Amino acid sequence: MEEEKTETNEKTENSDDNSEDKVEKVEENDKDSRVGAPEEKIERRLVIPGEVIVNGDDYLPGDFTRREGDDVIASKYGLAEIRGRLVKILSVSGVYEPRRGNTVIGRVSEINFSGWQIDIGGPWRAFLPLNECPRFINRNNIEDFATIGDVFNIKVWGVKTGSVDLSLKSRGLGKLEDGRIIKMNCHKVPRVIGKEGSMINLIKDKTGTEITVGQNGYVWLKGELEGTRRAEEAIRLIEKEAASEGLTQKIEDFLEEKK
Amino acid sequence: MPYTKRSDGRKMDEIRPMRAEVGVVPNADGSALFATGGTVAIATVYGPKELHPANKRKPDRALIRCEYNMLPFSVTERARPGQSRRSKEIGMVTENALAAVVDLKKFPQSVIDVQVLILQADAGTRCAGINAAAMALAHAGIDMKEMVSSISIGKIDDKIVTDITKEEEDYHEGEGPTDIPFTLTSRGKECTHLQLDGKIQTGRFKESIDAAIVACEKVLDVQMRALKGEIVNEGEEK
Repeated sequence: MEEEKTETNEKTENSDDNSEDKVEKVEENDKDSRVGAPEEKIERRLVIPGEVIVNGDDYLPGDFTRREGDDVIASKYGLAEIRGRLVKILSVSGVYEPRRGNTVIGRVSEINFSGWQIDIGGPWRAFLPLNECPRFINRNNIEDFATIGDVFNIKVWGVKTGSVDLSLKSRGLGKLEDGRIIKMNCHKVPRVIGKEGSMINLIKDKTGTEITVGQNGYVWLKGELEGTRRAEEAIRLIEKEAASEGLTQKIEDFLEEKK
Repeated sequence: MPYTKRSDGRKMDEIRPMRAEVGVVPNADGSALFATGGTVAIATVYGPKELHPANKRKPDRALIRCEYNMLPFSVTERARPGQSRRSKEIGMVTENALAAVVDLKKFPQSVIDVQVLILQADAGTRCAGINAAAMALAHAGIDMKEMVSSISIGKIDDKIVTDITKEEEDYHEGEGPTDIPFTLTSRGKECTHLQLDGKIQTGRFKESIDAAIVACEKVLDVQMRALKGEIVNEGEEK
């Protein structure tokens, strides 16, 4: 699966010169972006584990599929997609699966002598060591830099069995002051960002809220009470209607109406 | 008097009207409801998530923990809430029935928690629980080789019947009641769980397994339809 990249708040966007191609990658995973594209529409359908997706020697089993004799079988519940010869399943549910290079949002849950334990969701514990911080930190006063409950926009540096290493040493990362976190289905994050960030920018503009979406499905919101509330409602709506078309228009109407 | 007709008028190989739905507990990573007649089970799945205490972690695979419980009002005589010998056993059996199809290698050192609750009991609760749990696992996006479907087959007097009710379970004339809960995988058609409560002749046992395999197909169809977004309701609730 291609990696979807995080759309961060304005400050981050400007400082990150890679943000352009990051957004383009999001586009590849976005259904709306393919509407009107020259290639034919790719058919997707829900499959359950053990179901035969296609039959025939021509097909290659991709993500979450396997071959048994002539059949390509689903090994997961999700949307089966056949693109050319490649058959794969796109997840629609489930916990966040950490990948190296993901930008996520996490909250400090524990502090020890060598760094911070950070809750980013997913099956494993995530750790931010002292030396992955952008500036010098006095070992005796770790809490001066970050204490329990602080929220970070942070990068997954490495994934080992049973643990995840985090880093702050990259542009656009750092502590998110104030605001609050909502949790959403991480598989729907590309829809919340939209084509070239269209959806997230729409929500930001219409609600006057600062929003940062982590690839782990944690969303950080900051702004006026009313604005953040509407932004949250919009995100919930996108989550619910992720499969429908013309979603950006729908959300625009929704936000107009709520005004 | 020989058992010639079922008390609810069903055919010998007929399953009670089934009901199934996924996503009944929005907070959980995956959830499902499965009911046959008066037996209603819901299951939730949380995880894979970090496992505590750390000494329970498996270095090479995830742990799957199943818990089965009956709600106090699920039976006429109030069931005391909390773990009992019976619920522990059924939890273990559920765990074994499901672990065979779940890919535990994907997230080592983590845990998948499965909770099964019986809302209403009219025999065959463990089977309904396994059916709901299998749907909830799939719904939670957990890697699975295939699904499992479960059914309880009974021998009431000398008749092999599918999906027995409490009333049938209590039929003590003639050869008496025998209950055989049975779980089958959807693709490999392998048995991941089989219990037997009562007495049965070897020949009749083979007959009941054949009946179970046929019934599991029907259960699978309902599970599949529910997972594909349909709210399955085959009939009036009892």
